[in-house]
Amino acid sequence: MAEMNMLQAINEALSSEMEADQKMMVFGEDVGHFGGVFRATSGLQEKFGRDRCFNTPLTEQGIAGFANGLASNGMTAVAEIQFADYIFPAIDQIVNESAKFRYRSGNEFDVGGLTFRTPYGGGIAGGHYHSQSPEAYFTQTPGLKVVIPRNPEQAKGLLIASIRDKNPVIFFEPKRLYRASVGEVRDGDFVIELGKAEVIRQGTDITLLGWGAQMEILENAADMAAKKGISCEVIDLRTLSPWDVDTVAASVKKTGRLLINHEAPLTGGFAGEIAATIQEECFLYLESPITRVCGLDTPYPLIHEKEYMPDALKTFEAIKASVKF
Amino acid sequence: MSNATTNAETVHRVSFLDKNSIAIPILKVLQADGTAYEGAVLPVIDEALAKKVHDTCVFTRVLDERMLGAQRQGRISFYMTCTGEEASIIGSTAALDDGDVILAQYREHAALRYRGFTTEQFMNQMFSNEKDLGKGRQMPIHYGSQALNYQTISSPLATQIPQATGVAYSLKMQKKRNIAICYFGEGAASEGDFHAGLNMAAVLSSPVIFFCRNNGYAISTPTEEQFAGNGIASRGPGYGMHTIRVDGNDMLAVLAATQQARAYALDNNAPVLIEAMTYRLGAHSSSDDPSGYRSKDEEAKWQQHDPVKRFKLWMINKGWLNEKQDADLYVKYREEVLAELKVAEKIPLPHLDDLIQDVYDKPTPILEKQLAELKTHIKKYPEAYPKSAGRI
Repeated sequence: MAEMNMLQAINEALSSEMEADQKMMVFGEDVGHFGGVFRATSGLQEKFGRDRCFNTPLTEQGIAGFANGLASNGMTAVAEIQFADYIFPAIDQIVNESAKFRYRSGNEFDVGGLTFRTPYGGGIAGGHYHSQSPEAYFTQTPGLKVVIPRNPEQAKGLLIASIRDKNPVIFFEPKRLYRASVGEVRDGDFVIELGKAEVIRQGTDITLLGWGAQMEILENAADMAAKKGISCEVIDLRTLSPWDVDTVAASVKKTGRLLINHEAPLTGGFAGEIAATIQEECFLYLESPITRVCGLDTPYPLIHEKEYMPDALKTFEAIKASVKF
Repeated sequence: MSNATTNAETVHRVSFLDKNSIAIPILKVLQADGTAYEGAVLPVIDEALAKKVHDTCVFTRVLDERMLGAQRQGRISFYMTCTGEEASIIGSTAALDDGDVILAQYREHAALRYRGFTTEQFMNQMFSNEKDLGKGRQMPIHYGSQALNYQTISSPLATQIPQATGVAYSLKMQKKRNIAICYFGEGAASEGDFHAGLNMAAVLSSPVIFFCRNNGYAISTPTEEQFAGNGIASRGPGYGMHTIRVDGNDMLAVLAATQQARAYALDNNAPVLIEAMTYRLGAHSSSDDPSGYRSKDEEAKWQQHDPVKRFKLWMINKGWLNEKQDADLYVKYREEVLAELKVAEKIPLPHLDDLIQDVYDKPTPILEKQLAELKTHIKKYPEAYPKSAGRI
């Protein structure tokens, strides 16, 4: 075990996978010698050469298309999209191509060895082009897996699992935790199974569900609620597509209440999908309506970021309202 | 700064590069009567290769004619011909090694045939039956075959262009003596993927041939409404890419250009752009009617440049073919296509269980649940779901 931040954990995951898999390559804007704008790929070009870790021209659609081509011909492709806000030029290559390669060809071809890594989310005073959480655009696309870690240990284990997964994965990295989140990370390679949520705190009164950087906020809100005598069960979904209905439903059957928190805007956000499914699965167990604490339906603001955020205090208020309903 | 810029001559008064200053010649080898131009350098071609090329031409003509007819009869839902563009497609494929990966747009079934896709396989795809390699997931003409290194067609335009760059890079990394070839029309060159793919290929040293079939029309939009520059070829040098323009109705010109392009791409780990000047004699697809946007006179003029006829005449001149053999081949393929069509349309459709396969490498729990619910529902109302009800 070693203590490290999330960037170091990601770098370690990439490095150990490149070591183990000669067919793996890492590329994107500025990821070569410079190591990426956040330095997640630092040292990889020095270690593995310019053929395997390299800069691409500034073209997200090109990066995604190139990655599809590599993966379709037997390579392990790990492409970085510099900010999740800039994934939209690549959306056709991702939702029409990566996601459907296997299905449309009847399994003649696939891009299973493809992982897109991209920093998402706010909390860095980035305004709306450096802060978005576009995960819901991808959870509606069959064929993609969507994964979001909450701390360095999770980042390493989930990233290695994503790279080894036989399906294209979009791996959203919570950039406000890149350096802020420091923790113990297991040595060597290990995987955390995709598609499995983790119950990170047991409780009896309400289930709090989130992912990525919002997990910290949910834990803070749970602490505040505990002081009021409310016992929160806290679950990290970790994989949004395909998501772990069973773990969430089992928890809600126990607590009778569910709160979902995400940074992305409320309308059309992934919380809506979870709420609909859990309502079907747990209707007779629910003591109050499923509640969502999410970003506002505005573009991500610069100056009013603190107000916009579905923070611990808003979550705490929603917990109390749900319990008192 | 690149060498090209640092070595540039300097001037001291404003001097624009004229927009017409890039003049790109067209390679022509064969004349209309099937004889070579004086001084023309022929590609590497022997009798066996010529016969395979000719055979593929005849099969493709027959397939296009018969399947367009089948679409008109309502037996298949959709079809696209490559009539008029056979030399561009077959001439380029014939220059390749079987290990070279083909990424086609949608009109290149002749290339797939050249690689060995059987008449039965064509029919199975078009009828979406249970023997279709694509398991009935896509419209007719969206072929693909891993065994033949022909990636499955995707409808969205130009997406295969940056993918070809990635495939070529993978071939280089795998140290294979192979390239990728990417076909697209001049209309697809307007998409962002074209720029992304060519720029990345040149910068990342990918051995790929970008093969543009400049066939005059993108559905109804003629080239003069598609681009203002000197065709597609003029863009090649802008990307730092070896480029050639050929007569796309001249089998030997296309073959010669592609043979040399392939050798260059392999030896230099570099892309090459080929622009084949041709003409789409048929409609864009079975849903299109070109009489609404172009004249019969224009089409008649291009009929005189028929690439299949020109190559046939060359083979007859060489003594490798006679008119009777040519006519017999048409008869043989008409019978074969019709016979295989009749077989394929009676083969059952893919099983309903296939519906949830290949979304992921293994069906997810949600997919399993949705299929189970769907089956229960269909069992209740079998008459409403005739395509699947009998096979649950």
